[in-house]
Amino acid sequence: MNDYSITILTFIAIQAIVACGLNVIVGYAGQISLGHAAFFGIGAYASALLTTKGGLTFWTALPLVILLTGAIGLVLGMPSLRLREDFLAVTTIGINFIVESVFLYVPFFGGALGLGGIPSITLLGTRLRGPNFLYLCLVFLAAVLFISRRFTRSWGGLACFALREEETAASSMGVSPIRFKLLAFVLGTAMAGLGGALYAHLMRFISATDFGFTLSVSMMSMVVLGGIGTLWGPVLGALILGVLPEVFRPLIDYRMLLNAAILLLMIRFQPAGLLGEGSLLRRLFRRPGRDSAHE
Amino acid sequence: MNDLLLRLEGVSRHFGGLKAVDDVSFSLTRGEILGLIGPNGAGKTTCFNLISGVYAPTKGDIVLEGVSTAGFPPYRMAALGVGRTFQVVKPFSTLSVLNNVQVALGLKRYGGVLSSLGPWDTKASRKEALEILEEVGIGHLAASPSGQLPLGNQRRLELARALALKPKLLLLDETFSGLRHEEAALLSKLVLGVRARGISVLLIEHNMKVAMGLSDRLVVLDHGRLLAEGKPEEIRSDPRVVEAYLGKGASAHAS
Repeated sequence: MNDYSITILTFIAIQAIVACGLNVIVGYAGQISLGHAAFFGIGAYASALLTTKGGLTFWTALPLVILLTGAIGLVLGMPSLRLREDFLAVTTIGINFIVESVFLYVPFFGGALGLGGIPSITLLGTRLRGPNFLYLCLVFLAAVLFISRRFTRSWGGLACFALREEETAASSMGVSPIRFKLLAFVLGTAMAGLGGALYAHLMRFISATDFGFTLSVSMMSMVVLGGIGTLWGPVLGALILGVLPEVFRPLIDYRMLLNAAILLLMIRFQPAGLLGEGSLLRRLFRRPGRDSAHE
Repeated sequence: MNDLLLRLEGVSRHFGGLKAVDDVSFSLTRGEILGLIGPNGAGKTTCFNLISGVYAPTKGDIVLEGVSTAGFPPYRMAALGVGRTFQVVKPFSTLSVLNNVQVALGLKRYGGVLSSLGPWDTKASRKEALEILEEVGIGHLAASPSGQLPLGNQRRLELARALALKPKLLLLDETFSGLRHEEAALLSKLVLGVRARGISVLLIEHNMKVAMGLSDRLVVLDHGRLLAEGKPEEIRSDPRVVEAYLGKGASAHAS
């Protein structure tokens, strides 16, 4: 594999990590978020600042980055306690724009010039580059998938499913909407923070425009395309939306048009996504006698 | 058996200028079946929503086992032993019937951080959920998506979920409506069985035959106010009740 494909795959792995986080919020807990890129950005900026100005290494900064992003996710997840659906969608878009402009206009965050000089990641004394960086991202992606799976199998995950389907009924069954919606926001945004940290150390230069609303939309597209609320859906979505532009490079000018067409076709013909309940792929590969609702 | 479980003390709930429930007081003892009846819009379901914590009372207090619970959210009321069904059924549509009941089995798990990390789809929880489904007669539907069941079965699922909470007080909001005669008879038997276990039942019912037949006592609401309270035979012959249902003048014909 050449350097170019490895870079593309690394991007895809990072986006898959972030999309898995969005899937926890949107797919498992049913809370619409169109501002997920903000948390990807918060993770990236936090790691960049802690390693450049704070003097930490990637590894010592990472737990702080994840905690910090999750904590901000907790605070910014609070609108979900009062707002539903379209109102929440608009609010999260607003959050995305606010976070982006803070990065853009506050000098501490480098302003329009962005942040540069972010160190590479070293592991056991060697700098991780090319395929090794990709492997690192894949290991983190595996961890994120493992946590997602564990979450869907825990009582907390079931509580989120119940909230997604019927909040009043879930509440009458002992599920606190506050606790479990915020839990989903913390978990989902922490995953975005992890992805952001990886992104910052891959690019080694970041600027506010990397984390705009269009990225949030394409994150959402990945989740919807792959299968909202499924384990592997976000990964498949990230892979398809990452590879397609490369395959259709001659059509680069029509990329957004293509993405929109794919989304519309999905919504029309496979609303649950490629891996969702009742989808073509699922029917083809259904293993008999196995309940797959929570895979 | 004169052991007090629930007491409403002058409870009111106003929505803007509308007094949906206005200064209502009644009480319920352990193991009692109390019927809540009244014409449409009398405030019966609002009463349920107040007791189960969906709404907080504007005035007055709701006391469960000596604890003032006015303003508690529904998940706390569930933890205190209030299980309910909904008049407009609210299944967790994409989850299977079995998973719906399992949600309710987690009641004790959702309160703690560690306990909510444990696995939910265990052999034990599946077995327990299936037993409850069989008790209400829809065990054979365990694997079906709950959103696609006919209404009668969704009502039974609501009952199964409420029973899975192992409540002290069961609130049944028109659980009998839309059921065929034999289904209703089965459900009546079930409610009597529930009461025999010491669970109190508060039921809203439009079918007078069912309400009169099942309840030890009846509370009649009209326009948000308590109109009458008493044993079924007293209520049946109470001219105020007949008037509330049939209008002025009807009581003369009825008697």
